[in-house]
This record gives sequence, structure tokens and C-alpha cells, in this order.
Amino acid sequence: MDFLTYLLTGIFLTPFAEMIEMPDLFFQALWDGFVSGTLYGLIALGFVLIFKASGVFNFAQPILVVLAALALISFYKMGIPAWLSVVCVLIMFYALAWLIERLILRKLVNTDGNILFMSTVALSFIIIGAAQWIFGGRPSSMIHKELGFPTGSLEWPMFGGGVYFEMLDISAAVVAVLLILTLGLFFSRTKIGRGLRAVADDPQAALSVGISLNQIWVIVWFVAGVVALVTGIFWGARSDVSFALQIIGFKALPVLIIGGFTSVPGAIVGGLMIGLGEKIFEIYWGPLLGSGVEGWFAYVIALGFLLFKPQGLFGDKIIERV
Amino acid sequence: MKKTIIGALVAATTLFTSVGMSFGDLLVPVMTYRVGPFAANGTMNANGFVDYLTMLNERDGGIGGVKIKVEECETGYKAEKGVECYESYRGKNPLVHTPNSTGITLQILAKAPEDKTPILTMGYGLSAAAKGETFPWAFNYPTSYFSQMTSILKYIDGETGLKGKKIGFIFLESGYGREPIPVLEQLAPKFGFEYFLLPVAGKDAQNQSSHWLTVRKEKPDWMIMWGWGVMNPTAVKAAIKARYPLDRFVGNWWAAGDVDLAPVGEAGKGYKGSTFNATGTDFPAVQDVIKYVVSKGMTKTEPDGPGSVLYNRALWNAALIAEAIKTAQDITGKKEIDGEDMRLGLENFVLDEARLAELGFTGMVAPISGSCKDHEGAGAAFIQQWDGKKWVKISDAIPPMKEIAQEMLTKAAAQYASNNTGWTTQTCK
Repeated sequence: MDFLTYLLTGIFLTPFAEMIEMPDLFFQALWDGFVSGTLYGLIALGFVLIFKASGVFNFAQPILVVLAALALISFYKMGIPAWLSVVCVLIMFYALAWLIERLILRKLVNTDGNILFMSTVALSFIIIGAAQWIFGGRPSSMIHKELGFPTGSLEWPMFGGGVYFEMLDISAAVVAVLLILTLGLFFSRTKIGRGLRAVADDPQAALSVGISLNQIWVIVWFVAGVVALVTGIFWGARSDVSFALQIIGFKALPVLIIGGFTSVPGAIVGGLMIGLGEKIFEIYWGPLLGSGVEGWFAYVIALGFLLFKPQGLFGDKIIERV
Repeated sequence: MKKTIIGALVAATTLFTSVGMSFGDLLVPVMTYRVGPFAANGTMNANGFVDYLTMLNERDGGIGGVKIKVEECETGYKAEKGVECYESYRGKNPLVHTPNSTGITLQILAKAPEDKTPILTMGYGLSAAAKGETFPWAFNYPTSYFSQMTSILKYIDGETGLKGKKIGFIFLESGYGREPIPVLEQLAPKFGFEYFLLPVAGKDAQNQSSHWLTVRKEKPDWMIMWGWGVMNPTAVKAAIKARYPLDRFVGNWWAAGDVDLAPVGEAGKGYKGSTFNATGTDFPAVQDVIKYVVSKGMTKTEPDGPGSVLYNRALWNAALIAEAIKTAQDITGKKEIDGEDMRLGLENFVLDEARLAELGFTGMVAPISGSCKDHEGAGAAFIQQWDGKKWVKISDAIPPMKEIAQEMLTKAAAQYASNNTGWTTQTCK
């Protein structure tokens, strides 16, 4: 009985009492959840772009985040001004996208999806090895200040406490939202975007009406590289830039399951659901479960979606006729 | 014909390689992680360890006239890879295993007695291995996690008192991170403090905002961290963001390296950490490594590696192994020793002030001697503080709460032995 009371109180009473008692903490959790969610959405977006264009889960996307961040810092350390370093990274990613299309995708067109997936696994290991060889294993600090992103924080006093808004988090949220909107418009309103959707629906049909599959793939991989760079800058600034950054990339998996593998808005909504959900759940219900809830919360939600809505919130419903 | 020639070449190469590995060298394997999420710290450890033994080869021609062969095996800090590495050393006469991971240590601990090769986990691994009678083949000189936690609690007690205080314990969710929790469990009622746990999963090491929101909610008087790799700078940055006072935040000795705080920089000023070795390049041992190895380009280390916390600690780890090899050679009268001889060396070496001075470690580490009963040494830890650019020693040596730690270690060792039927023990005089 005592345990039941403890359980019911812990689930239905204590969390809400704490929200009322410390509203500043609740608002802080909402803000932190929003920022994390936007950044999760950004990571997921990189996967969505490649998946839309080639129907493959790009296992190499997380290491692209590391590669982008490390390359940016290295160009800067070579004496190149910060924003010019960004341009250098973009050129590097265009060259990489071209190479990937020439050496991998072109050879594997119309092959089984699993083969394409395995090729991205191989690509991931090649990039890890090459990046380790070129940049070494030491962590570096992100050059967000040199890029002009503001530091410091704003404080919103509230009931004896306060909600803190880090300028970097505000920048991250703004940049992420702008990037997502731009990409959304790019892919829905431009010829290339329509081409991408055609390729995603049926590559052979797209080819037959004159859409260049090769060109679309180069563009998509390049754009995924741009997303990786933005992700690398903001996640790198939150901790440091090292190979560990690639782990955060896989946080996108539950986001994709929730939002759908083919939906740009889905990536954002999924990211926000995970970001907000895990913060609130960890703080208020986590102690009941021994804390560390954040580590598995997203995956449990994703599991629920797999069971009841496997295509995700916005994903295309796949109907296979027998 | 072509196949025959290729076959002969392969056979000859295999024979040559295996002969080269089996005879004429003192094989010191070392499991390292130069790749993966913990590479920054792992690389520093690996470089210091390899560089010291290379220096002995260059300066002294090895130990007792026999060259040392250091064989690295990359684990990526993954237990399953560590086991593969362990297996790969079998049959090559490894003298001692250095897993550089508590998770790997726990996996290979039971294999050591049957392979008759000791394991040295310097300042990590299973705390209970300190009890030499229960763990004849495992050593964790100069001190264990249990002892370290008591030293940190002693420090906190000296600063603000422990009674009535609330302590948050943030740790990497792993065998390593969970290791000192029994100390908190045991000492909380005894000293009248309360604590709460904040496990950080490896994949969330860079994403700790929820944990630090919980810290804001719980309002602890002190935070203690058992972190590793990227978890450390992320935690310090998250603490700053949560407005947690950094001078009330103490990391263990794996959460207080230069690579951990360099990415935080000036903002990390005030954060504290424990350690059992001093930093700097003024020590003759470090100077010799620079002279014979680093300046000759025989190293993978970066110029700022020598003198840093983890690099110097790895030098000390290698030096302790070298001293145990020398002791084993002296006891057995053999130049080429095996794992069983090495075990004797690890139980009988003497690194007193005079010997430390000969080796060039005076002032960098505390004296320690091997023992059959005590495989830990119960060494003291001291507290250092990040001044924005470097670590500064801010306390004297803080010995562990020896009685409490020993009682817990004895209990934990007995528990381990009873859980592992047929566990080999030894009786010490």
C-alpha cells in the first residue's frame, strides 16, 4: 500500500507540485527542450534529405557532422578567416558529394537498398579513418565566437529564480529554424526540389523524363553536408569538437521514426517532441525511475510509434501490392 | 608454382613474426583507444605509456639489457574489443595487461589466473582488487576508486563539513562510473549527508542539459563527477550554464585532465579535480622522455602532451611496470621473465623516495611499495583546481579513510570470490 501511495504520488502529484513550486525551472526545461529539439531536428534533417533522394538511411551522416566541424576549425587554424573557412568547408563538401556520387552512388544505382545502406556504412569508416589521420584525436574548441555568434546570456527573473537564455542557444534555434524553412522552400518551390521528390518516388521514372539522377544526388549530399556543418557548429559549441560528436548524430534515429523518414516537417516535430519530452520527463518523473531517463526515453517513444504508426507522423504510407 | 612461392613466403613471414614476438623481448601489451568518443583522453594515456618505455629502450637499452616490446591494441574503450585484444596477446608471453578501462578489466579479470598474467589497473578497475589475498593476479596501485571517493569526501568535510549536506553524484553509466557508489551508500548515514545519482549514458555524454536541470532542482551543496572523455568538458559547460558554483564541483582523477578543461578554457575557472600525480615537465623522468623520444620524433604525442595530467600519469604507470619488471628480474635471476615472475615483481617492488629520485619522479608522485596483501597501496589523492589555463594544486595529500575503505574492500572482495565459484586466492605471510 505504501509503495502504491509512493508510486501514485510520484506520478500524479509530486511532478505537478514541483512545476508550481519552481516555475522558473519548468520554463527553463521548456526552453532547453526546445533548443535540444531544434538541434535534434537539424540532425534528423540531414538523414531525411538523403533518404528522400535515394531511399537509403545514410549511416555516414553523423561522421559528416564531425568532419565538417573539424575541417572548419582546421581551416581557421591555418590562418583563414572564420567565414572564409566556412566557404572552404562548403567547397570541400561539394567535392565530397561529387566524389561520393561518382565512386559509390553511380555504381550502385538501381541496386538493392541494403547494398546502398552498406555502402554508407563503409563510407562512414573511410571518413573516420581519413579524418583521424588528417585531424588527429585531440578535441578542439568550436570557433563560434570567431564566426560572430554572440556569447553570454539573458536572464528572465521569475519568482526568486530565473530562466537563462544562452545567446548561443538562441542563435542555434534561430539558425536551425531559418535553415529548415529555407530547405523546405527550396525543395517544394524549386525545379531541383521537385526533381528530388520525383527521384524519391521512382528513380527510373524520373530518369525517363529527363531528370538527372546524378546531379540530384550531388546536390542532396552537398545540402546534407551543409546541414552537417551547421549541426557541427552548434553541437560542437555546446561541448567540444571531437569524434564523440558522431554519437549525438544517432539521436536522430528515434526522431526519424517519430517524424517519418521522408518528411522535413516531421524531422522538426519529431525533434521537438523528443527534446521537450525527455527534459520534462527526466526532471519530473526521472527520479521515480532512478534518473538517467534521457538515455532511453526517445527510444521508448519511437518503439511506440513503430508499433502503432510505423510510418511516423508525417512519413509516406507504404502500400505494397501483392 | 606461383601458389607454392606465395605459400612459402606467408609461412616464412608468420614464422619470423612469431619468433620475433616470442623471444628476446619483454612484451608489455597495452590496450589503447586512439579512436572513438574517448580518444582525446585515451590518446594522451597511450602516448605517455609508450613514450616512457621507448625512452627506457633508447636510454638504457631496455630493462636489465633486454629490450621492451610495447604492443598496442585498439579497443575504442569497448569491452568486447578489449576481450579480443586480450585474446590476441595469448601465447605471446605478455608480462602484464593494461586494459585502460574498468569495463574491460571486469571482463578479463577472471581470465588472468588461468593465463597466469597479472593485470595492473592504475587508479581504475575493480576496487576490490586491492585485496591481494583474494586477487593474486590483479593490482590497482596506487589507490582504488573506493579510497579515492573517501579522500574526496574528506576534502569536502574539511571545506564545509558533510553533515546535513546534499551531494549530487554525476557519473558515466558504466562499470567505472558505478564503482564508487557503495562508498556513498555506506558513508551517507555515517556522516549525515544525503546524495542523489545522475547517470549519464555514453551516448548522452555531450547532451547533459536534463541532468543539470535536475541539479538546479535538487540544489546540491557539492557535485562529484566520475566522468571520462567528452563527458567531462560537457559537464563543466553545463554546470556553468546552470549557474552551479564550480568551486563546489569536484571531478575524480579521470575527470580532471588538461584535455578535459582546455575546451572550456577561462569559463571553467574554479572547477576542482582529484589527482595522484603532479603536472609539469620539470621532473627528470619527463625531461628524459622529451630528450630521448619526443625531440627525436619517435612519438605520436603533440608538443604539449608531456607535462599534462594524463601524460604524466601514464609515464608513472609505465614506470611502475618497468620497476616491477626489474624487481622480477632481480628476484628470479632471469633476464627474460614471464607473467608469473612479473606477479612477483608487482608484489615486491620498492619505490621509496631514494628510488623515485633515481628514476626522476621526486615530487611528481608519492612513494609506494608492492605488497602481497595490499595490491592498492591506499595512496593519497590531492585536489587541484583549474585556473582558466592550467591545473593548480590546492590541497595537501589527502589520505583515504583507510579503515572504512579497507572494510568495504574486504567485503567487496569476499563477495566477488563467493560469486565466482573456484576463485583462486592466495595466503600472504
